[in-house]
Amino acid sequence: MRRTGERMLAIQDMNFSAQAGKFVCIVGTSGCGKTTLLNVIAGLLQPSSGQVLLGGNPVVGPGKERAMVFQTAALLPWRNVMRNVTYGLEIQGYSPKQARQSAREMINLVGLSGFDESYPRELSGGMQQRVNLARALVTKPDLLLMDEPFASLDAQMREFMQTEIERIWLQTGQTTLFVTHTIDEAILLADEIIVMTNRPGRVKSVISVNIPRPRPHSLKKSVEFHAIEADVRDLIQIEFDELLRQYPRVRI
Amino acid sequence: MKNRQFFGFLHEILPFRKLLLSMLTLVAFLTLWELLPALGWIDPFFTSSPSRILRAANWLFAHGLWNDIRISLSEFGLGMLLAIILGILVGVLLGWYRTLDAMFEPFVTMFNAMPRVALLPLIIIWLGIGMESKVAAVFLGAFFPIAITVMKGVRMVDENLLKCARSFCATDWQVFSTLVLPTCVPFLVAGLHIAVGRGLVGVVIGELLASQAGVGHMINKASTSFQTDKVFVGIILLTGFGYFLTVILRQLEKIFDTWRADR
Repeated sequence: MRRTGERMLAIQDMNFSAQAGKFVCIVGTSGCGKTTLLNVIAGLLQPSSGQVLLGGNPVVGPGKERAMVFQTAALLPWRNVMRNVTYGLEIQGYSPKQARQSAREMINLVGLSGFDESYPRELSGGMQQRVNLARALVTKPDLLLMDEPFASLDAQMREFMQTEIERIWLQTGQTTLFVTHTIDEAILLADEIIVMTNRPGRVKSVISVNIPRPRPHSLKKSVEFHAIEADVRDLIQIEFDELLRQYPRVRI
Repeated sequence: MKNRQFFGFLHEILPFRKLLLSMLTLVAFLTLWELLPALGWIDPFFTSSPSRILRAANWLFAHGLWNDIRISLSEFGLGMLLAIILGILVGVLLGWYRTLDAMFEPFVTMFNAMPRVALLPLIIIWLGIGMESKVAAVFLGAFFPIAITVMKGVRMVDENLLKCARSFCATDWQVFSTLVLPTCVPFLVAGLHIAVGRGLVGVVIGELLASQAGVGHMINKASTSFQTDKVFVGIILLTGFGYFLTVILRQLEKIFDTWRADR
């Protein structure tokens, strides 16, 4: 995988499957190739070898059955909320009327009713990420890819958006692959947590989270939450210690 | 320090009082301009005066100044129009295709660095002393700032937006029309700002050098017979036109500045 001009192996032999309707979180140390993995699945990066199978079909490029929520909101500054949400539909050739109708539903779902005419610069970071999410959801993808969408939000907004994501997921049943480096975020949201090894990234472990939904933030004080958190933290700690041992050969 | 205290009150006064102050200095200037020649302190042969200029303007408007204005305006308008159309086209092509950029980059840099006024004698040989040479002069002045800013704009397209468009399977044409063109617009307006100034210089110098009509022609004719009043009429007309365009472009800039992606 070529990144920033130098060749390095970001991912190797990653085998996992995400079942339809599940919320799967991918966690790992920083630089372990999480974002690369998501970009490969999205078809934005070509793997140097190997392939991604989606419903049995290999991924060869971007596709309408996948949609991505980006780390930065990546909204078009000259379009208002409505026209940002319809952007993907427009590109995929839906009629403007059809697009607007689906977009309105989605804008309501993500809690932005009344902001159709607002421009991105007038919105808070959290609201911009809602638009980002709505733009991806409205294309009704089989697989939704989310790349640390709350990384740039402050702690309060982050917690609020986590609750929102779960609410929206419960309403849509959208199969989701969610990359994060925050362990408690993964436990709150995921049915399944995939822990990745250091670069080159592989699947270190898959942990099921069987806590009933909806999961409020107060859950973080519960015993079961702590148990899962300890498991994941230990796994990541092992990887992190390994990374430190390799230091200074590996830049963190 | 004293100075700062003296002007410090400007920050606190209301906008209309600021306008009032600007008007006051303007009126004071015009009064002095009128009074000093009248008192015999300076020679109006060189400086003219507001009343003399008004009289000259009256006379000129009755004797064909409208025609000069019409000629200059059409030269400027036609040259600008050509510069905008070709400037956008060339800017987009050079910004989008790296090969074309590599091929033509030396020409663009050379032409942009060249004092293009120096080309005017050549252009007059090629196109004659009619309107064509002035249209070419305006075009030469205005084309490069437009092409260069548009080219920069094309390259400023946000990586994240490109990724987003590609994730939705956008075609090259869709990327171009939904991302590249809108990104260019604020750059184009900034380029127009420079282009308008250069275009005005082009039309005036072209007319001063060799022409049969136009505001610059009128200025030239008046100056060779030492009619400073008429020269001033021409200068004021050109200044007013330039000011008018600047105000319009400033408004456009304000509107389209919000199109720039936050980065």
